[in-house]
Amino acid sequence: MALIVDFIVQGAQMLTVLLLAPLLTGLIRKIKARLLRRQGPSVLQPYRDLVRLMRKEVVLAESASWLFRVIPYLVFAATWVAASLVPTFRTGLLFSWSADLIAIIALLGSARFFLALAGLDVGTSFGGIGSSREVMIASLAEPAMIMIVFTLALIAGSTQLSTMAGFLVTPAVGLRVSLGLALIALIMVAIAENARIPIDNPATHLELTMVHEAMVLEYSGRHLALIELSAALKLLLYVSLIACLFVPWGTASPAADTGGLAIGALSYIGKLAAAGALLAVFETSIAKMRVFRVPEFLGAALMLGLLATLLLFVSRSL
Amino acid sequence: MTIVSMSTIAVVLACAGCLLAVAVLAVALGRAAWASALIYGACFVISAVALACALFQLLTQNFPATLTLPLGLPWIGARFRMDALSAFFLVVVDLGAAAASLFAIGYGRHEEEPLRVLPFYPAFLAGMNVVVLADDAFSFLVAWEFMSLSSWALVIAHHGVRENIRAGYVYLLMASFGTLALLLGFGLLAGAGGGYAFSDIRGGFHAPAITALVLCLTLVGAGSKAGIVPLHVWLPLAHPAAPSHVSALMSGVMTKVAVYGFVRIVFDLLGEPAWWWSMLVLALAGATCVMGVLYALMQHDLKRLLAYHTVENIGIIFIGLGLALAFSAHAMPWAAALSMTAALLHVFNHSLFKSLLFFGAGAVLTATGQRDMEHLGGLIHRMPQTAFAFLVGCAAISALPPLNGFVSEWLTFQAILISPQLPSWGLRFLIPAVGALLALSAALAGACFVKAFGVTFLGRARTPAAVEARETDRFSLAAMFIFAALCLIAGILPGIFIDALSPVVQSLLGDRMPMQLGIEWLSIVPIAQGRSSYNGLLVFLFMVFSGTFAAFAIHRLASDKLRRAPAWDCGYPDASPATQYSASSFAQPIRRVFGSVVFRAREQVVMPPPGDTHAARISVVLRDPLWETLYLPVGNAITYLADRLNHLQFLTIRQFLSLVFAALIILLLVLALWP
Repeated sequence: MALIVDFIVQGAQMLTVLLLAPLLTGLIRKIKARLLRRQGPSVLQPYRDLVRLMRKEVVLAESASWLFRVIPYLVFAATWVAASLVPTFRTGLLFSWSADLIAIIALLGSARFFLALAGLDVGTSFGGIGSSREVMIASLAEPAMIMIVFTLALIAGSTQLSTMAGFLVTPAVGLRVSLGLALIALIMVAIAENARIPIDNPATHLELTMVHEAMVLEYSGRHLALIELSAALKLLLYVSLIACLFVPWGTASPAADTGGLAIGALSYIGKLAAAGALLAVFETSIAKMRVFRVPEFLGAALMLGLLATLLLFVSRSL
Repeated sequence: MTIVSMSTIAVVLACAGCLLAVAVLAVALGRAAWASALIYGACFVISAVALACALFQLLTQNFPATLTLPLGLPWIGARFRMDALSAFFLVVVDLGAAAASLFAIGYGRHEEEPLRVLPFYPAFLAGMNVVVLADDAFSFLVAWEFMSLSSWALVIAHHGVRENIRAGYVYLLMASFGTLALLLGFGLLAGAGGGYAFSDIRGGFHAPAITALVLCLTLVGAGSKAGIVPLHVWLPLAHPAAPSHVSALMSGVMTKVAVYGFVRIVFDLLGEPAWWWSMLVLALAGATCVMGVLYALMQHDLKRLLAYHTVENIGIIFIGLGLALAFSAHAMPWAAALSMTAALLHVFNHSLFKSLLFFGAGAVLTATGQRDMEHLGGLIHRMPQTAFAFLVGCAAISALPPLNGFVSEWLTFQAILISPQLPSWGLRFLIPAVGALLALSAALAGACFVKAFGVTFLGRARTPAAVEARETDRFSLAAMFIFAALCLIAGILPGIFIDALSPVVQSLLGDRMPMQLGIEWLSIVPIAQGRSSYNGLLVFLFMVFSGTFAAFAIHRLASDKLRRAPAWDCGYPDASPATQYSASSFAQPIRRVFGSVVFRAREQVVMPPPGDTHAARISVVLRDPLWETLYLPVGNAITYLADRLNHLQFLTIRQFLSLVFAALIILLLVLALWP
């Protein structure tokens, strides 16, 4: 019986992230529009976009290979699996032990690997520029992320996300320098990984400044829908990750009853909304940086992560 | 010792003997058209038999089996011994050898001068088998040198190319230098008494100064063969120069024999490690990782790129070995067992995907005659099966879950996370830095294989050779698909492989990782008291489920219509394939970020003056820092000395005689004054 309940909760988590992801994107767009004193589309617009794209036919480039058609599904699968392994409203999910935080990062790495290949598949210069810049960004963002994982794992004694979240909510954690550094580094990495301003502009229409959008330029129809959905899922994943590690209050524990689950769900929605609003304000108040300033930005994140790890190697209490 | 284990070692040695016989046969038959298939077929069968014996020995754990043959040094004979460590490395060697032979049944047909390859190939296999079995310093070194020389002959098989001759020259120098270091190391271990048998060395007492010196000599000797920076220079020259199945063996297997040499001497023969040994190994390993992958990113020759990645992966293996040294020096055998398992699992995994990738590169080379990625492209349309297998290899080496490369890197990361418990301050500062280097190299490896696969197989064909490529033969495909399948199996069921390694780790360190197969859902956990776990099978099934679910839902409920049209490319598609991103343009952002520091990379754009219709030119200058700071000065010094000593050739007979006389006097004096 307990197993069935666990199964249902895990399934609910998978559906939750899938259904909430476009809403978060829509919310951010809406807030950004309001900050610019525009009316902006409805927060439900991303769903309408997805449905419209799904219904359209795919226009496939003549030089595209079978891999180009498979990649959207691969990317979606890897991102969805990763997103459903991050605790949202409840920790200790049934499958949470099947992949720890390192594996979740690596799953996102797989998604990026294949997306970068898709950029090269058609053989156009824009796809190439997107892919080559994406892997450059990833080559710094990924090690920075691993360093952040090291920091958290050394504090919590495990790379398991549920265990980490469970430990970080206890008073034993206290205020730590290393946690502060890790939080700053994680936010920097999250901005870069999700192609947000100042690293990349998700709304740009100027090809030479695009990274992520250039890479998926040749996609259309249902393929594009899947990729957009994956991007939304990835954003949701990072927000959930920051929420469950650094704002763990309210998240239901594995032993929680229905009331606990309700509190967990409500607090999760609240955290998402707050994070979306903060991101929108941040993006509105900053200008995009040149591509070759990005390594400095991510290098700083890497150094912060390394510093946090070093502090913990020196003393467990820092 | 049982009769069974006695006979397995005899069978493996007999296999090595058969391989030598095949080598002799190849000299006689080499000219016949069917000889290549026959020789490689025989190698395949013999390697498969040896593989079966080694696997049997590893899984039934009848250790150790010994055998002494009346060869070699008269007072010790040639001793052979198969313990868990040898059995594991025999599995790696013979699995690689069997697959390479299978691949070569097809690939070898395209060889222009079979007599330059066929006799040396079985000899090379025999050499590697015997190194792993040798139980005394003399047979070890003879087999080691045999392996080096036969592979050298294979490197210069295509001697018409100037580059290959230079590769062979550098390889020969470095190999001799490495063997010399090992020879001195064994000499120090054996001492004046001449106890060259490994059992004597293991039992004897060695002063700390001697063991320290032997460690350094082993790092030079085995490390240069494995490709540790800065002794790696020969590797990216020699590995690509050989025919592709030999490249696969050299990169996938011979470097592992070097790792075996290191493990055998440092973990087995030297006894208790000192704490600073691990610092040396870890620092070198970290540098090896990052330098290897950075060099690889700058390459556009497919096989050379793969060879540089071998350097990177050797770095990952040595990080595991260094951690194992650190933990066992501080009496934490359970953590040492985890690090050692990670290293050995990566040995196995790397032998799988690196061989697979070299097979793929070989198939591309046969189909197009090109190794330069800038002349390829679009091969996925012409060689879909090769492309698929190569893609699996690329994903595995980039440590993407759920494939096998990820498992061993994950275990290494877990070992790093235990290290704050080490008491030594030096290690506490060094290990996080090494962890960061490992993470950086893992990310860069992903970038590099996007480039390798994307530029070679995706996009549009850049030359007529790539347009006319044909799918490779069935034998080659079979070898590739077997390894691709093994990459997946080792990725989703790593517990089986970790358990198979436990007798090896137990025998070396006196402890082992927790038994993995008993854990529910076939997860793996690195340490019993830790709470981290990874389940490749579940991740794989999850991905398959969500991918098929998405595909089914969309095709069923939404649209499955599809139309082919010209590429969009923002409205300006260019018909010329030259407008695609090439290997060097793909690497340009990374070259600018890392290369400007490491390689002092400089880009120069020459624009024609206004009105001139000539094309603008961009040139990139890269400098190899290690070659320029380490090797060129030594080479120059030797040339200078040789020039100075040149006039010795032109002395009169009286001067020669007096020189000889003086030398004799000095030697006698030394002998008389020696304490």
